[in-house]
Amino acid sequence: MMSPMNVAPTASAADETVSASGRTPPAIETTDLVKRYGRITALDGLSMRVERGEVFGFLGPNGAGKTTVVKILLGLARATAGSARVLGRPAGEREARRRIGYLPELFRYQPWLRAREVLALHAELAGMPVSERSSAIADALELVGLTERANDQSGTFSKGMQQRLGLGAALLGRPDLVFLDEPTSALDPVGRADVRRIVRAVRERGTTVFLNSHLLGEVEQVCDRVAVIDRGRVVAAGTLDELLGERTVRVRATALPAEARAGLARFGPLHLEDPADPSAFAVRPIDPERIPELAAAIVAAGGRIHALEPGRASLEARFLDLLGRGEDGEALGMDGGPR
Amino acid sequence: MIVVVRLTLFEAVRRRTLWALALLTGAIVVVTGLGFQWLVSSARAAASTTELQIQIGVSQVLIFCAFMFSFILATTAAFLGAPAVASDVESGVLQAMLARPLARSSLIVGRWVGLAIVVVGYAVAAGLLEIGALRLVSGYGPPDPLGAVAALAGEGVIVMTVALLLSTRLPTIAAGATAIVLFGLSWGVGVLGGVASALGVPSLGVAGSVGRLVFPSDGLWRATIFSLEPPILIATIAAGRPFRVLEANPFFASTGPDPLYLAWSAAWLAGVVGLAIASFGRREL
Repeated sequence: MMSPMNVAPTASAADETVSASGRTPPAIETTDLVKRYGRITALDGLSMRVERGEVFGFLGPNGAGKTTVVKILLGLARATAGSARVLGRPAGEREARRRIGYLPELFRYQPWLRAREVLALHAELAGMPVSERSSAIADALELVGLTERANDQSGTFSKGMQQRLGLGAALLGRPDLVFLDEPTSALDPVGRADVRRIVRAVRERGTTVFLNSHLLGEVEQVCDRVAVIDRGRVVAAGTLDELLGERTVRVRATALPAEARAGLARFGPLHLEDPADPSAFAVRPIDPERIPELAAAIVAAGGRIHALEPGRASLEARFLDLLGRGEDGEALGMDGGPR
Repeated sequence: MIVVVRLTLFEAVRRRTLWALALLTGAIVVVTGLGFQWLVSSARAAASTTELQIQIGVSQVLIFCAFMFSFILATTAAFLGAPAVASDVESGVLQAMLARPLARSSLIVGRWVGLAIVVVGYAVAAGLLEIGALRLVSGYGPPDPLGAVAALAGEGVIVMTVALLLSTRLPTIAAGATAIVLFGLSWGVGVLGGVASALGVPSLGVAGSVGRLVFPSDGLWRATIFSLEPPILIATIAAGRPFRVLEANPFFASTGPDPLYLAWSAAWLAGVVGLAIASFGRREL
């Protein structure tokens, strides 16, 4: 079981990089980032901004360019055009990397090193003072629930345990910014819950978390803001409230004449849950204040209400809508959304 | 850089590479030592064999053993150098390390220094043990044992360095196989050049010399041979027939290594390490 108990508030606020204007620059800022691999354009003018201290969800379908962005921000790949800054410095610069933690999607560590030795290696590579390493390693091991396996070689670990080790390495030394690339891909439900708790805990201490994940439920639970990218461009970005702000109401009503149901469109666009079953539909978006009026209209038209569930679009539904791949075929539009 | 050197040496120990090499060396020394003892005691028992003949015979067998060892060393060096970068890129280990403030040049130089320590240590320990065992059973000691093992170690470092360079761009197996092929090719070109010189075909002889400059392992192999030959053999041959014909023998060297050539070999190594740094520095991970 991973423990978020040892996460303490960071003391790095005072030594943050401050721009010439006196303001702390954002954790990440990209402007018109372009990346081409031969004829293939992976990033096509990607611009985004991640503020300090937030948990930022980075979403997109396979091949959208998510990992390319992370690699450019870490200096593992070079942009063809555009600019990228991390913690106020050009992406990939050594000084910026000193304050970054990274859990790669392909998490592999020297299999012949013990877990404790892997963390010691990363502590040394990060330039952590020798006097701080021992306690930082012990904290990281406890944080990810590997204290009892600290002296086992990482090659003997299951995938899930290797991912925990990678998470420990990424969070070692309380970095200012952590990139987590699919951090729960190898974890069981208990491990996923642990990761969510850890992410919330590191946010509490002021660390910025850049969460690259295709598990939308996970993103929905922990992220303050998200960006959705597709074909190398940001198609929407904002807080979850901004992205999911539109309210919806799901209705199941029988004995409702077709023309009366069509008349309900005055409350908002109607979406059939199942084309074969016209009794189940959703009104999305809808003003929550008008839901009682909607119920009254259904009853007045002779309809019998079996269920009426006010709610909000799920991130998954919004995600599919943004990509123009909504299940009911009715896209909400790819207008960029709130930026 | 120091952290990478330590990591490389630690890996050699933890992955049992050093133990495997030590066992291999022990087996080779014991087997060849017994062979030498049998050869020398049998030769001395024959009344018609002179001590000079025994010395020449033993030195030739020693040179042949060194030749076999140089191939073992080259293969070992290629297997050490080839995965040094490629394997870690393929597995993803390096991506996590390079996200830290570790310069790519430090990684390459650290890897090279660590592997060079392993290769040189193996060559020196195995070479001196073999020469010591020979001396014990036959009484013959080559004129320059340190020079011989130094040149052998140089050969190994050259192959390892090329494998490391290739490893920055090619997959592990391709890098290792190419380095071994280049080593064999260099030796073959050297033999061809020697035969061409002996037969009076200077243009082809020049090709052999150029080959030794392009890939200096064969030049260092010649230096190894010269350090293992008894001086009396060279003096005897010099008093009799011209050297030119003997240049065709791939197990004979009439002259020692030119200091200028050794300097070139060192500069060549530095250049290839520089190329590896430039190649890996431009690679996208």
